[in-house]
Amino acid sequence: MVLADRIGNKEEAQKLGLLESEYELICDGLGRAPTFTELAMFSGMWSEHCSYKNSILLLKQLYSQSDRLLAKPGEENAGALRLDDRLAVVFKIESHNHPSAIEPYQGAATGVGGIMRDIFTMGARPIISLNSLRFGNPTEPRNKWLLKNVVKGIGDYGNALGIACAAGEIFFHDSYSKNPLVNAMTVGIAEIDKMASARAGKPGNLVIYVGAKTGRDGIHGASFASKELSNESAEERSAVQVGDPFMEKLLMEATLECLKKKLVVAIQDMGAAGLVSSSSEMSASGGVGMRLALEKVPAREEGMEPFEFMLSESQERMLLIVEKDRKEEVLAVFEKWELDAAVIGETTAGKNLTISFHGKIYADLPAELLAKKAPRYEREFQKPAHDLWARFNHESHQTPDDFSQLLTKNDTEGLGIFLQQLLSEPNFASKEPVYEQYDTDIGLGKIIGPGQNAGVYRVPNSQMALSVTVDGNGFYVAQEPYLGAQHTVAECYRNIVSSGATPIGLTNCLNFANPYKPENFYFFRNAVLGMSDACAKLKIPITGGNVSFYNESEDGPVLPTPTMGMVGLLEDASYTLPAILQPGERLAVLGFFKPQLGGSLYAYLRRRSFGGVLPPLDLEQEIRCGELLLSLNRKKLLSGAIDLSFGGLLYAALRLVFAANRKNRQTSGLDLCGVLSLPVKQSAVNFDELYFGESAHSYLVAYLPEKEKEIVDIATRAGVPFQPIGMGLPADLLKLGDAEIVMSQLQSSFENGLKLLFY
Amino acid sequence: MKRLKAGILVFPGSNCDRDLGQSLENFFSCEVEYLWHSRSFEIQHDIYFVPGGFSYGDYLRSGALAARARSMDSLKAAIKQGRMAVGICNGFQILTESHLLEGALIRNKSLKYICRNIGLKGEGVFKDAPAGYHLPISHGEGNFIAGSDTLKRIEGEGRVIFRYSDNPNGSMNDIAGICDASRRVYGLMPHPERALLPSLDDALTAKRYGTFFFEKLFALL
Repeated sequence: MVLADRIGNKEEAQKLGLLESEYELICDGLGRAPTFTELAMFSGMWSEHCSYKNSILLLKQLYSQSDRLLAKPGEENAGALRLDDRLAVVFKIESHNHPSAIEPYQGAATGVGGIMRDIFTMGARPIISLNSLRFGNPTEPRNKWLLKNVVKGIGDYGNALGIACAAGEIFFHDSYSKNPLVNAMTVGIAEIDKMASARAGKPGNLVIYVGAKTGRDGIHGASFASKELSNESAEERSAVQVGDPFMEKLLMEATLECLKKKLVVAIQDMGAAGLVSSSSEMSASGGVGMRLALEKVPAREEGMEPFEFMLSESQERMLLIVEKDRKEEVLAVFEKWELDAAVIGETTAGKNLTISFHGKIYADLPAELLAKKAPRYEREFQKPAHDLWARFNHESHQTPDDFSQLLTKNDTEGLGIFLQQLLSEPNFASKEPVYEQYDTDIGLGKIIGPGQNAGVYRVPNSQMALSVTVDGNGFYVAQEPYLGAQHTVAECYRNIVSSGATPIGLTNCLNFANPYKPENFYFFRNAVLGMSDACAKLKIPITGGNVSFYNESEDGPVLPTPTMGMVGLLEDASYTLPAILQPGERLAVLGFFKPQLGGSLYAYLRRRSFGGVLPPLDLEQEIRCGELLLSLNRKKLLSGAIDLSFGGLLYAALRLVFAANRKNRQTSGLDLCGVLSLPVKQSAVNFDELYFGESAHSYLVAYLPEKEKEIVDIATRAGVPFQPIGMGLPADLLKLGDAEIVMSQLQSSFENGLKLLFY
Repeated sequence: MKRLKAGILVFPGSNCDRDLGQSLENFFSCEVEYLWHSRSFEIQHDIYFVPGGFSYGDYLRSGALAARARSMDSLKAAIKQGRMAVGICNGFQILTESHLLEGALIRNKSLKYICRNIGLKGEGVFKDAPAGYHLPISHGEGNFIAGSDTLKRIEGEGRVIFRYSDNPNGSMNDIAGICDASRRVYGLMPHPERALLPSLDDALTAKRYGTFFFEKLFALL
C-alpha cells in the first residue's frame, strides 16, 4: 500500500514524548520508518497513560481470583463481578489529576465523564459514583480555588448525568498543592447476558462513530498526563478537554438502548488517545484488521489533519462495531436521541489498522503493535536515603500529650476548646459542605449516603445492596509503602464490613511520582506488592485500576497515594448497618485494638510530622474480627458500627453521635445530643494514644443493652476481644471520666470546619 | 379501585423520569406512560408529571427549551381540559418557563447546587403535613422569584403549597412550591418521589413524607 503521508523522524518522536529506543522499536516493528501520522498514533498509545509501560509487569501479578470474576483485569474497559445468576457489578476508578491541576472545573468534570463511559460501555447502567480528592492547605487561595472548582466540576457533571454520589474522601496536605489528586470511580449494574465486549469480532463488520463531533481539544492529552507538571503547564491548557454532561446523558441512554437490544458486536469509548486507542484496541483484541476513512468522522472544526482526528480527546464519543444488517437499527436509535452516528469504516481480514483521508493512506500498521506491543520496562527502585517529604515534617514544640494532661487535670474547658479545634480542622471536619453539592439521592437507591463508613445503595429490582468506599493514606505509604498499602486495603475492608456487607472486589488508582526516579519507583513497587498481598490474604480480587505517574511539581513529589475503591455486597439490603449510636444504646470496642500515633492524622496535626511507627497489622486478625462483626450483624445483634482507623477512637465515637443527631434533628427539629460516656482509667495509659491513635482490626459497635450477653458469648467463642466503653444517653454532653463537655458545640465545630471554605 | 393513568413527559436530559415512574407504579399502582418530547400525545391520562433533571442540559435557562417542546402543546391542551399537571424540580422550572405557573426559578443564592433533606411547612391542600415534615431537595436553580403583584396574588389566593422552614436557596417568602389559579397545575422544588423508601442516615420514612404528598395529590383527582 502506498503511504501518502511524509515520514515522521526521530526528532519529532522525541517532541511527542517517545524515547529514541522506542522510535527504533517502532521502525523495527514496522520494517520501515513510520509516517508522521503513525508516529503521532504511537505517541498516544505508547504513552505511560495508555500503555502502562512502566507498571504493567508489576500489575500483571496482582491478585485477581474470584468465582465472581467476569472479565479479566485489563481486558475490558472495567472490572466486572457476578452478583447473582442475572446481575453483575461493573466498577472502576480513574485519575484526572493533571487536567484538574491546570483547569480544575473541566478537568474534574471530564474525569467523571470518562469513568462513566468506561462503565456504560460495558452495558452496565451507572448507579453510583465516588470520588477521592487531595489538595494542599485549603486556606491558601489557589488551593481553595482548585477545591471549589473541582467539586463544582464533579457536581455539575454527575448531577446532570443523574448518577448518585455515594461516598468519597477528601484529604489536605501541602505536598498536593501544585498537583492535586482527583480520582473518580463509578459503579454500574449490568444484566450478565447483555454485557458488551471490546473485541471487534469477525471481518466485514461496520465501524460506527457516535456521539459528539471531533475537534482539536485534548490533542496529546495522554502524553500530557505522562509528564511532570511545571510552571509551563498552565500553557498546556489546550490539552484539557471540555465536558458536556447533556451530550453524555444522551450518549449513555442511546448506548444502553443499543446494547439492551443486542445490536452491537463491540464497543469502546474514545477516552485517552481517542480514536487511535478505541480502534486499535478493539481491532487487536478481536484479531481482525480495521479500515477507517477519516473524512467521514463528524468534525466540528475545519482543516483538521489525520493525526488530529486520531488523537483528539473530544469528549462524549464512542466507537461501535456493528454487523452490517444491524446498521439501520443502530442509526435509528441514535437518530431518536439526536446524536451524530456515522459509518467510518469496517473490519477487515488482515491485522492492520489502515487510516485513509480523502482516498490517501496516512497509516497502515499492525493494530497489535500499536495497542499491545508497547515496550515494557522493569524500572529500578531504591529506598531513598533521606525523607523525601522532610520539608513537610517539622517537629513542632507542641508535645503530643496535651490531651492526656487536660484529661488528667480534669480541665473541662480546656478539653472543650481542644476538641473543638481538632474537629474544625479540614481533615477532621465534616465533608458535608462538599457532598451536599452532589446529588446523592437520584436513582432511589440510597440507604446510606456519603459521610459514614461506606455508601450503601440498593441494586435496582433486587433485594441486594452494594456497599462502596474509597480510601487512601499517603502518610502511611510515605512511611512504609508495603505496610501502608496493606493498611489501606484493610481500612477499605473494615469500611465495607462495618456497613454490614461482605467485600467482593477492589479497584485502584495508583498516584505516584516520576517512575524513572528509582526512589519514586521504590514506593510504587512496594505499595503494589503490599496491596496485592493483602488482597490475596483477604481473598478480595483486584479487578482493575489505573496508574497515574508524574504526580509532582518543581517542589517535589506528592505523598505516594494508592487510592483504593472497594465494593461489598449485602445479599439482603435490610441488613445494612449504619454508623450511628442512638441514646439508650451501648458502645464497645470490638477487635484487636492496638492504637499507635505513628502516621496518624492526630500526630500530624499536633506535631506537624507523620513519622513514627505505624500501627501493627495482622490480616488473620482482621479477617477474624470482620467475620465476627458480620455474623453478629446477621443475628441482628448490632444497631450500628464504625471502623477504627483514620482519626482514632474518640473521633469515631463522636462521629457515631453526630450522625445520630443529624438524623434525629430532622424529625424533632431539635439538637438532641447523646451522651457519650467514656471511662478514664487513671493508670499509666497515654490518653492521646488511646483516644487518637490509629489501629487496624477493630471497630466500635453500638447495641441495645439486652443484647450484650449474647454478643459477649459469641465474641468470646471467636476469641475476639470485646470491651464495653460507653453509652448514648439523651443529653447534650460528652463525658470523659468526670469531665463533661457540651456535645452540640463539638458538633458545630465538626459541621462548620469546612463550611467556611465554601461560603 | 381503578388504576390511575399517569403520563410522564420526558425530554432529552430528564433524569428523574424513571425514578418517578417506578415510584408511581410500585407504591401507587399507577399505569405509567412516558411521553417523548418530540411528539404530541393523546389526552388520555388522569394526571401528568413533568419530572426533574436537566432537560436540554439546562442550556439557555433551565426549563426554557423544554417549554417549547411539542409535547408541551399537548400538555397545555390537557390542562385546558381540566387535567392535573405536576412539575417537580426541573419540571417546576419547565412549568414556569411555559407560563403555566407564575414566577421564575433562578440560581440558588449561594450559587451552589444543594442536595439535602429540608424541613417544609405544608399549606393549602398540604396543610396537614405533620410537624417535622421533610423532603429531599437537589437543585442549583431553585430560588423562587416573582414580581411583587404576582407574589401578592399567589399569597392572597392561598396558592403556596410548601414553604421551607430553613430557606436553602433564597426563595421569596420561603416558597418551595405553588399551584396555579385553577388549582390543577402544581410545581415544587423538593422531590417527593425520593421520600418513599427508607434510608438509614436520615429520617425519611414512607409513612410521613413521600406518601403523604402523593396521597393528598391523588385525592384531588
